[in-house]
Parts: sequence; structure tokens; C-alpha cells
Amino acid sequence: MDPRLSASLLAGKTALLLSRRLGIGGGTTFPGTVARRVDPSATAKLVGRLSRGATVVTGTNGKTTTSRLLSRIMQAADLHPVHNRAGANLIGGVTSALVAASGLSGQVRADIGLFEVDEAVLPSVLLEARPRVVLITNLFRDQLDRYGEVDYLARIWRQGLAQLDEQATVVLNADDPLVANLGEGLRSRIVYYGLQDEREGLPSLPHAADSKSCLHCGTRLDYSIVYYGHLGKYRCPNCGAARPVPEVGAVAVKTQGTAGSELVVATPRGELALHSTMPGVYNLYNTVAAVAAAEALGLDHAAIKQAVETFSAAFGRIERIPVGDKQLFLALVKNPVGFGEVLRTVLSDGHSKNLFIIINDKFADGTDISWLWDVDFELVAGRASFVMTSGLRGEDMALRLKYAGVDVDSVLLEKNLGAALEKALALTPAGETLYVLPTYTALLEVRDLLRRLGHVGRFWED
Amino acid sequence: MLNIYGDRGNIISLARRAQWRGIDVNIVNQGVGGAVDVEQTDLLFVGGGQDKEQLTVCEDFKGIKGKSIKEAVEAGAVLLSICGGYQLLGHFFKTGTGETLPGIGLFDAWTIAGKRRFIGNVLVESQVGGEKRTLVGFENHSGRTFLAEGTPPLGKALVGFGNNGDDGSEGAVYRNAYGCYLHGSLLPKNPWFADHLLLTALRRRYGSTVTLQPLDDAVEERAHQSVVEHMRRLGTVRSGVS
Repeated sequence: MDPRLSASLLAGKTALLLSRRLGIGGGTTFPGTVARRVDPSATAKLVGRLSRGATVVTGTNGKTTTSRLLSRIMQAADLHPVHNRAGANLIGGVTSALVAASGLSGQVRADIGLFEVDEAVLPSVLLEARPRVVLITNLFRDQLDRYGEVDYLARIWRQGLAQLDEQATVVLNADDPLVANLGEGLRSRIVYYGLQDEREGLPSLPHAADSKSCLHCGTRLDYSIVYYGHLGKYRCPNCGAARPVPEVGAVAVKTQGTAGSELVVATPRGELALHSTMPGVYNLYNTVAAVAAAEALGLDHAAIKQAVETFSAAFGRIERIPVGDKQLFLALVKNPVGFGEVLRTVLSDGHSKNLFIIINDKFADGTDISWLWDVDFELVAGRASFVMTSGLRGEDMALRLKYAGVDVDSVLLEKNLGAALEKALALTPAGETLYVLPTYTALLEVRDLLRRLGHVGRFWED
Repeated sequence: MLNIYGDRGNIISLARRAQWRGIDVNIVNQGVGGAVDVEQTDLLFVGGGQDKEQLTVCEDFKGIKGKSIKEAVEAGAVLLSICGGYQLLGHFFKTGTGETLPGIGLFDAWTIAGKRRFIGNVLVESQVGGEKRTLVGFENHSGRTFLAEGTPPLGKALVGFGNNGDDGSEGAVYRNAYGCYLHGSLLPKNPWFADHLLLTALRRRYGSTVTLQPLDDAVEERAHQSVVEHMRRLGTVRSGVS
């Protein structure tokens, strides 16, 4: 019995009850913040009571989807994960999850922690949670106005990872030169993962790519294949630094538009043939990342297969919602590379699409919307029946589309979100899909709007 | 190299606005090494980037690249530089770690890193081209740029920190070369400035009688105005702005 921890849990649980009662944000961060104020080592103490320790997931794109999938794999393997949910990925969100899963005396109703954490808080989470497995998905330019620089994140990650000991396993994306490079000089065990099959690749780096030069000598990297953004098979022509060979690699992949993908993943324990309903190359990465982390944890292949094949994407990342005789396809867009991949997936079958893009510039979206100019909206020209735009920066979106060569008459602007959704749905022919692409806070607004219209449940309940 | 901060919109804007008027545009990407073609270049663009890229470009500017950029501007070429690029066109940039990156001294100006990053929407009043007009953009810089006496700024920051957060100036002008901190991207939402750059470049090559065919800028103006309104709603616009 630890009186300080008990007091902290009591305070946190009271805050949890209150925020739920008052309907503030589902109580996802606030209780943790309160608990931490009473006992700053609450996180460390509670993680210490988990028999299988903590697993931490971070990276620019895919961390929510990947950790949700990993959570399902853990459950299929008969583990009981405590998992921070609904994008509450700052340190307070991690503590909140632990508080919610603990009794007042400090016993935790879980055997493993699974924490999705924001890029900038990884070092403090590593320090407090001492994870046994750390998964890093990728590093892209996301919200420059918030963190300054990609280089800065890589630096603090490296410093944080250096603190881990030989018992820990670090799972890294081999195809991202910035992430793969983090493996150098670590004491921990490293598991690299990546795509091996070259059929889904592109011959050259798209514009929004961030990292193109060798981290050792500054020379421009040679890519024999690019999967998306700056992810691919690369080599430095000057110093010879090259992509590590992935221990867990997708040796055969086949994407099927917005319907999903088939993939075969090679692991040290043999091959796994999987069917996933998550579309796009970026979701192939999410799947392989989760499989690699499951490998690091030694979880059953049967559990992995069962979870992957029954998994549909996390909160808002991709959702399909029927509305009368039409369907909504909802996908979060939050940075140039991610937006580009969503467009590539949505437009992949060549048919004209009904699009609805909502751009906000609140803090959680990134207050600088310059990044819209790095997305190749040129893809949309001639392939959209209409594009409805809305959000605080809807005007900027409409302008970007004009300069991408999208027919000005097919681009509509409606600042009121409810009216915009109504008009966009009215313009969508019966039996067709309206593709809704919002930034983060716009997604929350859309979810709220749809919930009020009776279409989806509250987000912390899923 | 300095191209990862949405500043590509400036190139897209210039190219589209020229093409819509039937003017052929040839875009040449400059890598590390080599010089700018002083004879053939009408308009130069240097964007922003991260520290690592800025260092690489700084090295590159020490050689014939830097010399040729100065020659081209002296010969009347138009130049637009943003943020990291702007800083390297002054005399030097003293970084947060105390290093001094030499610039090419095109602008009689220098930059010293400050503790706090200047981040947010910016509204600038500029008289470039004669008429008083507004520019909207987004700044994100830790460097404070100071202009030597006699170096005209691009304009006055009505909202935002501008060059250094102190004297209210934003950007710098030398001959037909402009530097500033405005991302956004700058030119798409400020079509008058894009046209000013195009017209200056065209007149230099084809004579002062060249005019630009007017375009329908309703979408551009709407976006410009919405940013001004946005700043007004947030209560950041200082008095005196219409």
C-alpha cells in the first residue's frame, strides 16, 4: 500500500468521474494530469505493477492505427492491455489510462501497458514508463509551428532511446532513413521492419518527401524504390550507408483500392499470410509495424492473423458510415505525406469521386497551413465530380485546388460545416460514396455532427 | 534544398499566373554545386528549410552559387527569398548554438537567433510597386533580422513580429530582390505581389511597355480576405487597418 499513490488515484478517479459527468472530452487527459499532481511518480509506479511492462508507440503517421491494431493482437493473445485511447497521447493521457484501469489501492486490472505517445513526449514517457518495447513508425514533417523541426525530434528520440537497457527491444521502420538511423549505437535489441515487395512502389520521391540526404555524410540518398513520402529502399552513393535488412518484412503485397490489401509478412518464426480491410500503402506499414511489435513481444501468429483480419481502422483514421442510400468514407488528413497517400488511395480506381475537404488551423491541426501547398492536389484535377471545402481555412483549400488545376466551377465553399455536409451529401448520387477528408479538429467536429444526426457513437466508447 | 516548408506554392503561383496569360515558364531546380545562369535567369526563388538544409545551402553559397546570385540581381533579375533563404542573403546568421553562418550580403542586413520562436499569422502593409497594399502570411522563425540604415523593408508588420519583433519592419528590398519571413505560401494569397514580380521580370527582359493581362482573382482575394478576417476575429489586428 502506497498512501501517496492511493491519494493520487483517488484524485484522478474523482476527476475522471467529474469530466465524464460534465461531458468534457471523454475524460481522456484531465484525470491523469490531476493524478500526476498528487503523485508525480504515479505512472512509473503503476507501470511497475504490470507483469509484462509497457509497450510504447510513436511516430508522425500511423501511431493510432498501429497501436489500436497491436491492442487487438494483444487481446487475441489473451493479454489484458491498458491502452490510452482517442488520441490522448500526451503524458497526462498515459497516466489517465493507468488511473482508469487501477483500483484505489494501486492494483492494476491489466498485464501490459500499450501507450501511443506524441512525438515530443517520447523522452519523458521512456523515462517514466521504462518500456520493454518501443515502436517508432516514421518521422515526417507534421506541425512545424508546434515542434520546430524534424531534426529536433530525431535528436531527442536518440537521447531518450540511449537510456534503454539490453532488456528492451526497439522496433524501427527500416524504410525510413531517419528512423532506421536511430538503431545505431543502442544497447537494446533492434527489430527492423519494412516492405520488401517492390510492386506497390513509386519510381521517384514525391514532392512532400522530407528526408533525402544521408545522415552520415549529407549526400543525397539513392532510392531504388519509394513506397510513400521518403519511405523506401535507399542507399548513400558516397559512404555506402544503406537501409537495414528488415527482420519483419512484407515480402508480397497487393493493394485493392479502398477495399484493403493482401500481404505476406516474413518473420523469424515463418511467414504470415494476411488480409487487411485497411486501404492504402500507408496502412500496409501500420500492419507490418504492429506485426513487428507483436514479434518483439513473442505473441502468437494465430492471434496476429485473427486480429489483423478482423480489425477496422481506429477512430476516424478511416471510417465507413452509411447515411441513407449513400456512404461516408471518413479519413483524417494531417500532414502533406498523409494527405497525399489518402488522395492516392481514394483516387486509385480512376473513377470520378465526390470529395469534401475540411481544413482547420487550430493548435491541434497545426496553425500554419502552408503544408497544403506541398500536397500534390494535381492528382484531383479531372478526377472529382465536385470538391466541397469548409473549415476555418476552407478558402485556402479552395485556392490550393484552383492552382492544382482543378476546375474552379467544381470547387465549392461552405463555411458552415452542417450546411456543407448537407450540400455535399445532396450532390452525391444515390449508391455512391462521399469522401470526407478533415484535419484533426475538423474530424472531431464532423464526428460530433454525425453523432447529433444519429450516425456514430461517442468517440471514447469505441 | 530549401523547399520543404510549403514555399513551393510560390513557384506554383508564378508558373500558373504566367501560363494563364500564355507566357512560357521554364523552371530550373538548383541543386548543390554549380552557378545560377546569370544571362538566362529572370526570376530566382530561395525558400525556407530546416537547420541542416540551411547549413548545406550556406556552404553552397560560399562558392560560385552565391557570387552568381549577386551578379544576377545586380543585372536586374527578380529574386524572392523566404525565411531561411532570406537569412542567408544577409551578411550573416548567428544561430542559437552560437555558430555564425556567413551569408552572401545581398541585403545589407544580419540575423541573430533569439530565444523565443516567432510563430503566427502576419499582416504586412507594403508599398512595393507604388500603391499601399497588404500581404498576408505565416511566420515561424527564431532569427531576428536587423536592417542596416538605408535598407528598405518590404513593409510594416501590422500583425505579427516581422523581422525582429522590435522595429515593426518586415522583410528587405534590394533592387528587384525581396526577402521576408512570410510562409503561407506567400504568393498565392497575395496575387498582386506575384504579378509585381512577374511584371518586373518581364519588363526587364522585354521593355517597360509590357503589361500583364488581368486575371479573375476572386478565389485569391477571398482567401486573402479570410486570413485578414481570421486575424481580426482572434483580435490580433492593431488599430489602423481597414
